[in-house]
Amino acid sequence: MAESDLAQLTERFDFISERKSSDHPALNCPAGMLVDFCRALRDDFGYDMLVDVTAIDWDVQSPRFTGIYHFLSTTKHLYLRIAVDCTDDLKPSLPSLTELYAAANWHERETFDLMGIHYEGHPNLTRILMWDSYPYHPLRKDFPLAGIEVPLPADDVAEVTKATVIPAPMMGGPFVSSGDGPMSQTEPSARDESWTEKKEKPAK
Amino acid sequence: MHNKNVAYDSKVEGEIIVTQADAVINWIRKHSVWPMPMGLACCAIELMAAGASRFDISRFGMEVMRFSPRQADCMIVAGTVTYKMAEVVRRIYDQMAEPKWVVAMGACASTGGMYRSYATLQGVDRIVPVDVYVSGCPPRPEALLDAMIKLQDKIGRESAVKNLTTKTTTPRELVGAGRES
Repeated sequence: MAESDLAQLTERFDFISERKSSDHPALNCPAGMLVDFCRALRDDFGYDMLVDVTAIDWDVQSPRFTGIYHFLSTTKHLYLRIAVDCTDDLKPSLPSLTELYAAANWHERETFDLMGIHYEGHPNLTRILMWDSYPYHPLRKDFPLAGIEVPLPADDVAEVTKATVIPAPMMGGPFVSSGDGPMSQTEPSARDESWTEKKEKPAK
Repeated sequence: MHNKNVAYDSKVEGEIIVTQADAVINWIRKHSVWPMPMGLACCAIELMAAGASRFDISRFGMEVMRFSPRQADCMIVAGTVTYKMAEVVRRIYDQMAEPKWVVAMGACASTGGMYRSYATLQGVDRIVPVDVYVSGCPPRPEALLDAMIKLQDKIGRESAVKNLTTKTTTPRELVGAGRES
C-alpha cells in the first residue's frame, strides 16, 4: 500500500523526491509547494490526520533547518513523513498548514517557540511553552543545555526576590543512566564526576 | 474597688489555665494549619493520597485544604516549578495572609530535582521563603505528614506575640534568593 502511494505521489508531483527513512515512507518537498501538496495528500490520498510538526537543526550545515511533518491516514492506517528544507538559515520560515489541519496550530507554535521557525500565515504565531519575552529558541543546537541567564518573566517578582533565570547547575552532568543492570546501579549519574557546583571543572 | 486582691482566685474563677500568650497562640495555630495545595506535578498525587483516608492528614489537624490563598496559611508546593509558573507561585504566596508557611514538597520544589533545565526554577526557595523541605521523587505521604509535623514543631517555637507587633509589610528574608551569585 505504502509503495503504491509513494509511486503515485512521485508520479503526480514532479517536485517531490523520496527520502531515506528507517521506518515510515518519507518524502522531500520544497517549501513553496508544501500547502498544495498537503491539500492533495488530505483530499486525494486520505492522509486526514496531522500527527506531528517538528523541525531539525542541522547546526553547521546549510540548509540549517528542516521542517518535519507526520501524517496519518485513518482509513489506510499508514503514516507518511514530509521533510521541508527552510531556504533561509538566519530567519527560517515555512508556510503554515493551519488552513488545512487545525492540529497544525499548536504544533507550529511549539516549533516556533523551541526552534524559531516562522510559519507564514499562522493566525497566532506566539510562544506556547516559554514566556512571551523569552529571547532564545532553546532546542536550537547553539543553545546550551543548561540555559542562558535572562531576567524573570515578571518584573515585580524579580524585584522582590532578586531571582533571575539562571543556567541550571550541571554538577558534572548531563546525567545519564547506564541503562543496563539492576536498578540500584543504573541511577542517573554524571559522566564526568571530577567537578561539581562547588568544585571547579579541572582544566584539560 | 474594695477587693484589692487582683490575683487568680480559684474559688471565684474555676477551670482557668495560666499560660503564656506565645504558648497559647502557637498551640492554636499549629493545630489548625490550613494548607494551600500548590499542586504542579506528580507530587500533588501523593499530596492527595496524604489527604485521603489511608494516610488521613486530618489526624494532625491540617485537613482543611483551601484552594484560595486568602483562606490558607501554609502553601505546599508539590511539583516542578517552571520559570513561567514562578510568577504565579509568588503571587499566590503574596496573597496569603500572615502568618504563613511554605513546605517545598519533593526534589523539584526543593532544588529543581531532575530538571537541570533552562525552563525550571532551581528550587522554590529562590522566590518564596521555605520552612520545611521534603526529599523524595515523589515523597511518600508519610514523608509529607512527617514534614507537616515538623512544621507544627516549628510553629510551636515561634515568638508569636513579638511577631504580632512587628511590621509584616517587608517580605521575610529569602533563604535561597541570589545564592548563585
